[in-house]
Amino acid sequence: MKAVGSRFSFYAGFVLGTFTLYVFLRQLSFEKTLSAQRDKVRESQLLEEDAKTWRKERSALFNLRHPHHAGEDSHMADELYKKVRVLCWVMTGPNNLEPKARHVKSTWSRHCNIVVFMSSVDDPDFPTVGLGTEEGRDQLYWKTIRAFHYAYEHHAHEADWFLKADDDTYVIVDNLRWVLANHTPDEPVYFGRRFRPYAKQGYMSGGAGYVLSREALRRFVEGFQSKQCTHTSSVEDLAMGQCMEKVGVLAGDSRDSVLRETFHPFVPEHHLTGKFPKSFWYWSYCYYPIAEGPHCCSDLSVSFHYVDASHMYLLEYYVYHLRAFGYKYRFQPPSPRSYDVELPNSPDAAVEKKDPVSQERGRGDEDDPPWAGRKQEADPPAADPADPADPADPAAPAR
Amino acid sequence: MLTEGGSFVKGMIMGSVFCLVLSLLGSFGPDTESRMEAHHHHHHHVKAQSTDELNQLTDSQIQILTHKVRVFCLIMVQPKILVYWATAIDTWSKHCDKAVFYTSEPSKALEAVNLNEKEEWARFRKALRHAYDNAGDLLWFFVAQPTTFAIIENLKYLLLTKDPSEPFYLGQTMKSGELEFVTYDSGIVLSYEALKRLVHVFQDEDKCPERGRALWKLSEDKQLAVCLKYTGVFAENGEDAHGKGLFNSKSLNNLITDSMSNNPTDVVEGCCSDLAVTFNGMSPNQMQVMMFGVYRLRPYGHRFHDSLVFQPPDGSDND
Repeated sequence: MKAVGSRFSFYAGFVLGTFTLYVFLRQLSFEKTLSAQRDKVRESQLLEEDAKTWRKERSALFNLRHPHHAGEDSHMADELYKKVRVLCWVMTGPNNLEPKARHVKSTWSRHCNIVVFMSSVDDPDFPTVGLGTEEGRDQLYWKTIRAFHYAYEHHAHEADWFLKADDDTYVIVDNLRWVLANHTPDEPVYFGRRFRPYAKQGYMSGGAGYVLSREALRRFVEGFQSKQCTHTSSVEDLAMGQCMEKVGVLAGDSRDSVLRETFHPFVPEHHLTGKFPKSFWYWSYCYYPIAEGPHCCSDLSVSFHYVDASHMYLLEYYVYHLRAFGYKYRFQPPSPRSYDVELPNSPDAAVEKKDPVSQERGRGDEDDPPWAGRKQEADPPAADPADPADPADPAAPAR
Repeated sequence: MLTEGGSFVKGMIMGSVFCLVLSLLGSFGPDTESRMEAHHHHHHHVKAQSTDELNQLTDSQIQILTHKVRVFCLIMVQPKILVYWATAIDTWSKHCDKAVFYTSEPSKALEAVNLNEKEEWARFRKALRHAYDNAGDLLWFFVAQPTTFAIIENLKYLLLTKDPSEPFYLGQTMKSGELEFVTYDSGIVLSYEALKRLVHVFQDEDKCPERGRALWKLSEDKQLAVCLKYTGVFAENGEDAHGKGLFNSKSLNNLITDSMSNNPTDVVEGCCSDLAVTFNGMSPNQMQVMMFGVYRLRPYGHRFHDSLVFQPPDGSDND
């Protein structure tokens, strides 16, 4: 009896032992091969993707493939790409390359003509420019000064506009070109989200990104050479604004043709749904009146801030991918002056001008001339001197 | 007793050693194949038409199709999810040609058709019956909960060249044993013919009982599939012209995060269709962001010359 019992226990234990170890080994093996496979594929994919998109020259990435989408008509965007050349420089640091800058590189920066990642340390692979500073909040203005100097020294003739962004800023470069297209790079002007205090003409929020014309950049660099501008403080955006004022660069109005802001210091969710308490600094800082709810943000918004990695891809999807089939947008932005204005039907422009009711065009046209589609609520009463019927809004920015 | 215990332990050790030896000797590889192929169960697919097909349509055909493809939205609400109910009213449901809210019990705050029914399947049936009786000349029906966000224009894109006098039962399909059904979370689409057959089979207490079987209670979406199957209507997965699923039972944020780990070099392409119809589980604030992202935010200078035009709804400011 005893012998049978113990033999049975032995067999039972044997089976259990075999089974347990089998499951254990299988799990280990499975995980190992799977992750090894994945890593190998990922690495080769990453290298392949990079080689196709960028030409690396010194530490700048020159955009080879202006991103296009299947089935879209992007001739207007292409034209602006050629005529409004934007150099984007992104403020980052060695510890932020992996968690932040990498995602900027995979998303919005692909739409810049040139992008340069500015860090304290040189990195030939990413690539980043080493500005020779330390890292930290107190270094922000130093980095900015050196970054703009670098851009001027190396790329002054390869771009018309010079954008500064953080590695948690998302910029819609096509919309930036729309804002800039009615200006020339020889104007001493800079654009961003205009803030009020401490500077007479205001200054631009650092986090929301700001962009200098080539002339503004030249004056900035000159300002430092002539000692008109110095490193006054580490509050980068304010110090920048004060220098701009000293060298005669105008703080531009970046709002769209219905006066909605385009550069944003927070993520879309906060602007669209957030109720900022009246004590919050935001209320007293904004140069223009704040709108909460849908009117906070232009359809052609240019930037958002505090955008983390997954949010970068979310915004890329919203901006460049997800759309509503056939939807006719309420806001029909006026096309920039002196650019290819397409009139889809009538060859007789004079007739079109007098007729405010545009016929059913059957297309969600973005290039409608400013006088068309006025029946729609949000349409811009563009200050077009040629059209006598136009109730030109004196407060609207000249477009 | 002790000897038995000891034998057991001895047995276990011997068994483990035996297994180890075997694995070291033989190719004791794991069956990665069997794990991976689990996803390739056979679906019925319904794809959207290609751009070529669309471009070949004449203007009069387009007019007819625009009229035919209008959608009746059934939104199944409850007072306990009032904030989602309110969000659905304020956001995507404005783009339905007709949107009717069906509630389990009345709410003082918002208006809806009160079905006065706590049991989910019975409520579902009542709503569909009501929709069938009040369809007017609408031929497509979309059933969703307010926790789902739907882009109705993209639903119309999928349905554009489909004939509603044929039985269509579409959405994101899943399999439960042998039963293929459309998941509730990501929205259910029925053509007029499918709904007609369904309403007819509702009268058959054996095939399609009103209260469900007490012993094993199926969720509404599975119950629907069972009833429809009796009428010869089968679930089909709604996809775009490239075969990407259009109905999502997860939120966009989750899908992006998933894509970041599954396709780190091509996160956005690998995530979701450009003409996605539904996302599920987004917060009310995220839904407002989606309104902005879908109906307003866009890059200047990129245009699509779609064959159809859908006008923005009246009296709305967030689209």
